[in-house]
Amino acid sequence: MNENADNSTIPISRLEPHFKYEVASEVGGERIKSCFQCGTCTASCPIRVVDEVYNPRRIIRMVLLGMRKEVLESEAIWLCTYCYTCQERCPQDVSITDLMFALKNLATREGHMHPSYKPQIEVLSGFGRMYEITDFDNKKREKLGLPPVDNNKEVVDAILDNNKLKEAKQ
Amino acid sequence: MKLALFTGCTIPARALNYEISARRLADALGIEMVDIKNASCCGMPVRNINRIASLTMSANTLAQADEMGMDLMTLCSACNATLAEAAHELNHDKELRKQINKNLVSAGGKPYNGDRKVWHFTRYLYQEIGSDKIASLVKHPLNGISVVAHAGCHYLKPTKTFECFDDPEVPSTLDQLIQTTGAKSVKIINRNECCSGGILGIKESTSLKVVGGKLKRIKDRGGVDAMVLHCPFCNIQYEGNQKKIEREVGEVFDLPVLYLPQLLGLALGIDEKDLGFSLNRIKPKVLLEKMGA
Repeated sequence: MNENADNSTIPISRLEPHFKYEVASEVGGERIKSCFQCGTCTASCPIRVVDEVYNPRRIIRMVLLGMRKEVLESEAIWLCTYCYTCQERCPQDVSITDLMFALKNLATREGHMHPSYKPQIEVLSGFGRMYEITDFDNKKREKLGLPPVDNNKEVVDAILDNNKLKEAKQ
Repeated sequence: MKLALFTGCTIPARALNYEISARRLADALGIEMVDIKNASCCGMPVRNINRIASLTMSANTLAQADEMGMDLMTLCSACNATLAEAAHELNHDKELRKQINKNLVSAGGKPYNGDRKVWHFTRYLYQEIGSDKIASLVKHPLNGISVVAHAGCHYLKPTKTFECFDDPEVPSTLDQLIQTTGAKSVKIINRNECCSGGILGIKESTSLKVVGGKLKRIKDRGGVDAMVLHCPFCNIQYEGNQKKIEREVGEVFDLPVLYLPQLLGLALGIDEKDLGFSLNRIKPKVLLEKMGA
């Protein structure tokens, strides 16, 4: 992890110039090469205001430079809160929110899934939902006149299995 | 027209006040909703890590509504955008639909045939019921009440999915619905700011700083009786985490947070008990008194 990548020296030999094409071939990454670094994304970002680690313009520049490892192993790509503010404003139609989804998907495939997803996968796999529905929940619902709900794990569990998410490395 | 109701994961477990008030309001307005049986997660949580798994989970829900012969009604904005974006992609891209259906069937689901529309409850109220009709049914006008509307993000964005039914820079549909009650929807600085619930589980300190900023701007404006929203994630941020933020920043906000159907329900004369106010964590006592409820 290197959050101060802009301040450190990266030898040109370590750059992977093909990375931008790899990202552009992902759904959501198609328009990355159109970025002209205006910074509208960073200026619009609600996260950037309170946390300097997240800077969408910097992430895009790092991809364009070929800083593959630094991007895919960074904490920064996980800090997009997918509000779409930058995506709606980007003058070059870069679809930045979709691009961040693509980078996080790519990082996961490379074995760098953010650790917060492991417990979420376990809950989804166990109950098919983000919260287990207990008898207590259904009693509370009944008292209010709400219909009962169930945990339905089968299909969700199989989807997680088929896409190898249960064994994803962090 | 009947709609297939998808309440998602958070609402039936953690936001019963939203669920009950929305159901009672739907009854009062003649909106027929049929619960999706065997409902599971919309796919949002895994979208960050695997697009195909997320689309397959969304397709599973879309297929369940399709089997009922109905379009989908969502209450949670995160479910709304996840399912609407998936429907948008799967309805228009036959090849992708084929691939996702293959995945879905191999996981034990039924294939999605396409063409279903996904509604957010608020959008349905705005476009299909209409502000005029709601205003005509108001029995207890909420004149003198000032609220901050929090439209949030996944109710109306990305606009390519939601056909720009509301303006992402100057949203107004939620305000118009609020104003049918006689309550005033007031502006604050940077009103459209995201609740940042998307990164609560990734970096809580950063996420709560964003929430605290908005709570402070509402307090600084003064004269605000409540925040009105329509998403359980936004609610977790502004209501569920409000006390924690108060402790951290050493400041009291004491801002009640209402779900839109709670506010509309009060104005339409629905019994307060049927609107789930007892489950609001920041008790809107002063507000209810002011409303005469």
